[in-house]
Amino acid sequence: MFVARSIAADHKDLIHDVSFDFHGRRMATCSSDQSVKVWDKSESGDWHCTASWKTHSGSVWRVTWAHPEFGQVLASCSFDRTAAVWEEIVGESNDKLRGQSHWVKRTTLVDSRTSVTDVKFAPKHMGLMLATCSADGIVRIYEAPDVMNLSQWSLQHEISCKLSCSCISWNPSSSRAHSPMIAVGSDDSSPNAMAKVQIFEYNENTRKYAKAETLMTVTDPVHDIAFAPNLGRSFHILAIATKDVRIFTLKPVRKELTSSGGTTKFEIHIVAQFDNHNSQVWRVSWNITGTVLASSGDDGCVRLWKANYMDNWKCTGILKGNGSPVNGSSQLGNSNPSLSSNIPNLQSSLNGSSAGRKHS
Amino acid sequence: MLGQEQQLICVNSKKKQMCFEWGPGEMLVCETSFNKTDKSEKVPSCPFIYLIRKDVDVYSHILRKLFNESHGIFVGLQRIEEELTGKSRKTQLVRVSKNYRSVIRACMEEMHQLAIASKDPACGHQFSSQVSILSAMELIWNLCEILFIEVAPAGPLLLHLLDWVRLHVCEVDSLSADVLGSENPSKHESFWNLVTVLVLQGRLDEARQMLSKEADANPPSAGMCHILGDLMRTMPILSPGNTQTLTELELKWQHWREECERHLQDNTFAASPHLESLCKIMLGDEATLLEQKELLSNWYHFLVTRLLYSNPTVKPIDLHFYAQSSLDMFLGGESSPEPLDNILMAAFEFDIHQVIKECSIALSNWWFVAHLTDLLDHCRLLQSHNLYFGSNMREFLLLEYASGLFAHHSLWQLGVDYFDYCPELGRVSLELHIERIPLNTEQKALKVLRICEQRQMTEQVRSICKILAMKAVRNNRLGSALSWSIRAKDAAFATLVSDRFLRDYCERGCFSDLDLIDNLGPAMMLSDRLTFLGKYREFHRLYGEKRFADAASLLLSLMTSQIAPRSFWMTLLTDALPLLEQKQVIFSAEQTYELMRCLEDLASKKPESGQPDAQRLQDDIETTKVEMLRLALARNLARAIIREGSLEGS
Repeated sequence: MFVARSIAADHKDLIHDVSFDFHGRRMATCSSDQSVKVWDKSESGDWHCTASWKTHSGSVWRVTWAHPEFGQVLASCSFDRTAAVWEEIVGESNDKLRGQSHWVKRTTLVDSRTSVTDVKFAPKHMGLMLATCSADGIVRIYEAPDVMNLSQWSLQHEISCKLSCSCISWNPSSSRAHSPMIAVGSDDSSPNAMAKVQIFEYNENTRKYAKAETLMTVTDPVHDIAFAPNLGRSFHILAIATKDVRIFTLKPVRKELTSSGGTTKFEIHIVAQFDNHNSQVWRVSWNITGTVLASSGDDGCVRLWKANYMDNWKCTGILKGNGSPVNGSSQLGNSNPSLSSNIPNLQSSLNGSSAGRKHS
Repeated sequence: MLGQEQQLICVNSKKKQMCFEWGPGEMLVCETSFNKTDKSEKVPSCPFIYLIRKDVDVYSHILRKLFNESHGIFVGLQRIEEELTGKSRKTQLVRVSKNYRSVIRACMEEMHQLAIASKDPACGHQFSSQVSILSAMELIWNLCEILFIEVAPAGPLLLHLLDWVRLHVCEVDSLSADVLGSENPSKHESFWNLVTVLVLQGRLDEARQMLSKEADANPPSAGMCHILGDLMRTMPILSPGNTQTLTELELKWQHWREECERHLQDNTFAASPHLESLCKIMLGDEATLLEQKELLSNWYHFLVTRLLYSNPTVKPIDLHFYAQSSLDMFLGGESSPEPLDNILMAAFEFDIHQVIKECSIALSNWWFVAHLTDLLDHCRLLQSHNLYFGSNMREFLLLEYASGLFAHHSLWQLGVDYFDYCPELGRVSLELHIERIPLNTEQKALKVLRICEQRQMTEQVRSICKILAMKAVRNNRLGSALSWSIRAKDAAFATLVSDRFLRDYCERGCFSDLDLIDNLGPAMMLSDRLTFLGKYREFHRLYGEKRFADAASLLLSLMTSQIAPRSFWMTLLTDALPLLEQKQVIFSAEQTYELMRCLEDLASKKPESGQPDAQRLQDDIETTKVEMLRLALARNLARAIIREGSLEGS
């Protein structure tokens, strides 16, 4: 069902984020060693590091790619209170032969007074725009009006969340019928049990982002948050990584005639809550069509969640380490560890062995 | 696939948490720690990143053939849907089903050959296991065809089931070859096994031939052999084209049974335990049948043999009673049913949804359930079960299958057609997937674009062209960038690229990509800047062809029609200089007045504020140019007035 290949990452410290580009042929990693590495996939499917450079003066928490319509652009954010935008410069022919490329910093966003914990580009139909969130509880939205000049970014909005922010997610819904929407999660551990997920929506009249909803039921620190890609649903789906995995639907309620121009109100339902990780859940991520959610937790597992054709969410797969130390050989390339015989498929059932080991 | 664990020998999960990300075809996983303090202790670095992808075996080249050919059958089925009417409908659908099955069998055969020929035992083992999976799939599909698509009624039902068993329990043929190939077949150690298994499969003619060999070799038993052989010969069985009714058949069969029973009572075969056992089998004696478990090899063989000799006119709705009891008797409480058993049982119970559900669980890719469900949907079977998600299930499975295809660098093209036939979510799923296809070559990009254009996916066309245009601009391939912008109908970007062209021209004095600009055609209208670029190039061409009057008019019109950007006017006026200084008068008086007006318009708008040195130098150059132009224009005006004022020829 799954096969794994390993690449020697070569970061000198913990990797905090990994990110694929839009087409899945490039990836970026960022680390506490303050650097970002970019990897390219060759025709044969091998990954090579084509750039590695120091990006910040502190741990780099997240790295993310802009849509390729804007070119080859990355953004990173760091403990050093800044976020930065990087652009790839087409290299000299020598570099190309060596398979190296150069990334230059186009801008540094220095408005935050505290560690910047997340940076995400907005959906492409909004232009070249990104949002950052910081431990000081402020979400900042920047825009580059001229996509050919990436050194000019202006701070368009500052949204105060009143809680230390840990993660943000733009609603990727590409329909212009939906106003831009951004969800913010907080890992604030102060005793005020305030709801840790807030949703802000852009108001065309006031030209500002206003709070649309707070998810009152999420009171534990939130580590990651992700809107699902929209296949044409009238409602939104939001996944949250907190002490468990939670999936919410947000159905826009028809605006009252009297409060025209106000923010949309939403009917919020929780459609799934899974504590299978039995521990803090750190990351959630959707596949392209928003039909499968993956989550990772303190139990060292990545779990996959899928709704069947009756809209019931279930776990459809678990990827887990077996606790033994990592294979000592640190060579690059495909070590291709073959799967053990726990492949749950028809063949083993024909042979009479049980269909996969089941864990409680 | 529900809740089953996959062991990956990679992450040292005791120490660290995992961070990960989905990609279009793979997932990245690596160890980390999410403690957001700026590290206190120096923890050992994370040596590895892991890339995980699904279904690697799916892409072996033989399976690819399976996908390609089944794709053809699938598309064909969707297309003939309207034509499927009346009686021929069922026949056509059965034919489609047989086509699918033959594709599976062809695939099995190829894999089998590879398994035999393989020198590497691990590889050979992998091929063999694939063969088993394919064989199981064909077994299930065949049964579904008999029960759901052919909808065989009592009578023919048994014949189909017999065929089914004969097709899938194939040790008979090799056994037969062994025995018949030997010098003394009836003395072969497996002789009686062969005869028994032939009887179990209802192949009574062949069994009779075996018995006659025994009769020849062993005269004392000849009498018994002939009697048993006769019984075999006279067993009433429904044959295709037979016009007797079921009731008639049943009557004859009962009669025949009584004759067999009589022989048993009379101890006709008492001298030969083998022959007696065979007679009991032919009477459907369950205990005797169960003694032959090893030859039967599975419970569904047992089921069919049982039915053949105890209830050959079994009705479809009664099947599941026999199936369940056969399974129970065969397993005898020693083992529990396997997934395959559950699937077959669900089929015998005519619970189509259960069949599909169990197959989805047991099989690791969606190919089988997607195609089978689609076919059953065409048989109108999903609706008839009156469940509201009937049609959605077909689409759900097709979407899953097609999405999987998109992860592959060439199979994605098959996926397109599957999405096309999913009325609810097919289009939007295709939109999302097709944008993500890496456009490594121009060929691939054009292929993708053609698919989008055929389906009026204008936003995807625009986006893909924009991505390619941007890539071209960054790599300074302006011609490529321009053609992609035009295809994207992206006026803004076309303007941008045109500006670059013009800038390039100013810097280098010549155009790149002349072919492209010369042949813009109606695309020129996309943006003003692009139009200007095209027209400006045309001016140069006219000048090169010495068609000075035309060139002059064009130049003037570029300025007066406001198509030329103001920043370019100086360049245009400078371009006019050689025309002004020709021996003959090219610009008419009126045209010269226009040019002068433009020049003064341009000169008057210069900002006066204090400029840095470089700017001031630039201004000086500009001023000199302006002076030169004024002089040239004045001179031309003089000549033009004179010429126009004189009579022609004088």
